[in-house]
Amino acid sequence: MLKFIFNRILIIVPMALLVVTVTWVLIRVAPGNFYSTERNLPPAIEENIKKKYGLDQPWYVQYGTMMGNILRLDFGDSLKYQGQSVNEIIARHFPYSATLGLLAYLLALAIGLFAGIVAALKQNSAFDYGTMAAAMLGLSVPNFVLGPILVLFFSLYLYWLPPARWGGPLYLIMPVVTLAAIYAAYIARLTRAGMLEVMRSDYIRTARAKGLNEKTVLLKHGLRGGIVPVVSFTGPALASLLAGTVVVEKVFAIPGLGNIFIQSVLNRDEPLILGIVAFLSILIMIANLAVDISYGFLDPRIRYE
Amino acid sequence: MSEHNGNLLSVNDLRTYFQTEDGIVKAVDGISFELKRGETLGIVGESGSGKSVANLSVMRLIQEPPGKIVSGDIVFDGIDVRKLPIDDVRKIRGKRMAMIFQDPMTSLNPFLKISTQLMEVTQLHLGHTKQQAYEHAVEMLRKVEIPAPEKRVDGYPHEFSGGMRQRVMIAMALSCEPELLIADEPTTALDVTIQAQILELIKGLKDEFGTSVILITHDLGVVAGMTDKIIVMYAGKIFESAPTRELFAQPANPYTKGLLKSVPDPAHEHGAPLYQIPGLPPDVAHLPPGCPFAERCDRAKDICTKEFPPFVQINEKHHSLCHFAKEVYAASGGE
Amino acid sequence: MRDEQHIKEEVMTDGPVMAGSSLWKDAWRRLLKNKLAVFGLIVITLMVIVVGLGPFIREYLTGITPEYIPAEGDKIRSFPPSWRHPMGTDEAGRDLFARVMQGGRISLMVGIISTIVSLIVGVSYGAIAGYIGGRIDNIMMRIVDIIYAIPYILIVIVLLSVFGGENIPDWINSLAGYFGGGAGLNQIFLLFFALGLVSWLTMARVVRGQILSLKNEEFVLAAKATGVSTPAIIFRHLVPNALGPVIVYATLTVPSVMLTEAFLSFLGLGVQAPYASWGSLAADGIKNIAIFPWQLIFPGVTMALTLFSLNFLGDGLRDALDPQTRKF
Repeated sequence: MLKFIFNRILIIVPMALLVVTVTWVLIRVAPGNFYSTERNLPPAIEENIKKKYGLDQPWYVQYGTMMGNILRLDFGDSLKYQGQSVNEIIARHFPYSATLGLLAYLLALAIGLFAGIVAALKQNSAFDYGTMAAAMLGLSVPNFVLGPILVLFFSLYLYWLPPARWGGPLYLIMPVVTLAAIYAAYIARLTRAGMLEVMRSDYIRTARAKGLNEKTVLLKHGLRGGIVPVVSFTGPALASLLAGTVVVEKVFAIPGLGNIFIQSVLNRDEPLILGIVAFLSILIMIANLAVDISYGFLDPRIRYE
Repeated sequence: MSEHNGNLLSVNDLRTYFQTEDGIVKAVDGISFELKRGETLGIVGESGSGKSVANLSVMRLIQEPPGKIVSGDIVFDGIDVRKLPIDDVRKIRGKRMAMIFQDPMTSLNPFLKISTQLMEVTQLHLGHTKQQAYEHAVEMLRKVEIPAPEKRVDGYPHEFSGGMRQRVMIAMALSCEPELLIADEPTTALDVTIQAQILELIKGLKDEFGTSVILITHDLGVVAGMTDKIIVMYAGKIFESAPTRELFAQPANPYTKGLLKSVPDPAHEHGAPLYQIPGLPPDVAHLPPGCPFAERCDRAKDICTKEFPPFVQINEKHHSLCHFAKEVYAASGGE
Repeated sequence: MRDEQHIKEEVMTDGPVMAGSSLWKDAWRRLLKNKLAVFGLIVITLMVIVVGLGPFIREYLTGITPEYIPAEGDKIRSFPPSWRHPMGTDEAGRDLFARVMQGGRISLMVGIISTIVSLIVGVSYGAIAGYIGGRIDNIMMRIVDIIYAIPYILIVIVLLSVFGGENIPDWINSLAGYFGGGAGLNQIFLLFFALGLVSWLTMARVVRGQILSLKNEEFVLAAKATGVSTPAIIFRHLVPNALGPVIVYATLTVPSVMLTEAFLSFLGLGVQAPYASWGSLAADGIKNIAIFPWQLIFPGVTMALTLFSLNFLGDGLRDALDPQTRKF
């Protein structure tokens, strides 16, 4: 088990470097530069800029320098936000995204599991149909449509909630709900399908034959097998939660990392782009590892070599 | 005991139907049988004959929907199980009547330790403390001859072989010393050598605990040495019921005769092909008006495809569902 | 020898696929029993018809085109829904109904063509890995695992921002050139590839799993024994028989690709003017949500309805084609 974890951690480093390399290549092979988007510069100034950022060096020297810096976890300074290191920027803006993402995932888990289990137990009931229709709706309404509609209703019509920005808990409600909707929908569908599958299995029949009541059958015997698909969804969910936060942060004007990332991409702020890509890749891979480990606790049949 | 004519279980005109895409399937359609204390009953039939559904009905384990026990009495030690509230059924299940299933690979919960699965039965029904239940679990594993039970009890099902898992299932079923044990094809999924061991085990434990047993199988060879009487089921109906010895010696139903002929006989000379009943079991959703076996029967007459056969009494304990039951009985007596 | 020829012919004429025609009939019958799937099918069909023919009919009947600007709109150009403009007008005074229909063409096209790209890549990749098996399969699937772990959305964002707009690679430009070209169209072609290339992973896994279970079937062995070439075995015998799950998964890929397209358009990286998609129309509408909510609601709801229907149809197809794993 420890060896498995250790091996997986070892893989994370080259993988993150690979992602960074791909990103770097994409930025470099594309025509244009971060400074050329501004205005036409006199050649002398352009030379100076190139020299300052090492852009006059051959590409492999530039690549080597970048990789060396990254391995030392030094992503350099942002090109756009003068005088601020990439690490500072990430440290400042990530907490917003993390809060948002974590709360949204917990909310989605709570709603999704509850709705999915109840829907499975009351299969073909009105609750079941209602839940599944709502889940399908959750999968079909883009979050950048859901967010503004919530704002329209709760802020501009009812005046209950602040429409945007970061403040107390009230400010969090709509962004978190907007972000959670699609995951709650997914988890509800996965849970329902998983529970239905398990509740028809032989070992549930055995549990019933023992004389256990339905509650024990469900919670003690059914639940673990039923939520395995939900756990395996957690990995991909975290990756796509990222895309979700980009949208939600934009809709609600929250200064999170997603917003900063989009800005950095539009500005061609190479150090910042690479820094954020590396940071988020590592984060997702660690989360995936955590999911795989939790599998082992959930299902005794899984053994790590 | 005598207040129910010595019967531990008596089933009368049981009908269990299923709602399917193809219409209503009459999986069990009016069967009756009785079982005395300490007696062993064999129920024989091909897959789809309704033998499992009949016994799941006795345990009230039919999933509703799509299934439903539409009529009949299931009287267990004077209690009408069919009319009992489900909470009271649960007090009997696992305690006074227990069941072993066909596939030991899927019948144990893969996520829980063997100890947990064994302990919960006695904790629930016998009020055992954790400690008592644990010791009892080890004791039961020893009874079903699992080597090193103190160690194995903390294992997970996937660490056990098929035969060992079936032993665990038996241990679980017998934990509360039930009065009735229903074994639904307990050996079908196992290797031949293991099959004999498991049957011996059931036999031994049955004698030890004085349990009544219903042994469900599609293999007449399995029931031959173990049962006091046999019911042969086909298409949801009882085709023949008789004491074991008489059924083997003088069957009164062409279907039973076909089954008997298809049992491999080691004394039989080599080279002769094994007999097989021609055709396939009927589609229970679309049964013909006449005898459901008529199409496959070698002595079927006109009447067989037109009229449903009567349940003929051959003697006190021997019945057969056939237009020509008496003729078949007489004929097989002379063989 | 005659026999061998006979077997070969039988194998070449897709014997097993034809034999499976009753399977498709059964599946179709089951699909028609599923009310939600039928609802989805009807909505999608109507949507395709309206989006495809609607703009012509509307222009013929009323003279309103997506570029149409009402004359009375001097200062305020955003008009609420009316008889003449059932979905109102946008900021520039253009008829929103016409724009939503036109945007639907782009959205559906991006969804379908990107799915086809992902199908081509995913099916080839999965089929080859599954059929060859062994080490190569192992390596190929490990690569898929690795790509799975990468936050692809970050890379797509980078890709579209650096290659979008004026920097679209020449080969995409020339491909788009066959269809009229122009900056907006080139961007859409870029989207096809960007979205297609990130959606093939699951398809590859699905196909590989199917091929693995099929490749030892008798009809494949027969084809092998009679000397049918490997590519022919893979693409004429194996792939057609793995079609069920592929269709199901493709149906579910279309809405997910459309959602990603909308997301990218919302960020300003997707479909660009003069073209519009439901995503970019909704993104435009968000700016004016407080005063002209219909500019978000109509494109947003139309899109949601389409995705809703596609998802139901995909679910229904899965249940119909794979009765074993039916979720009742």
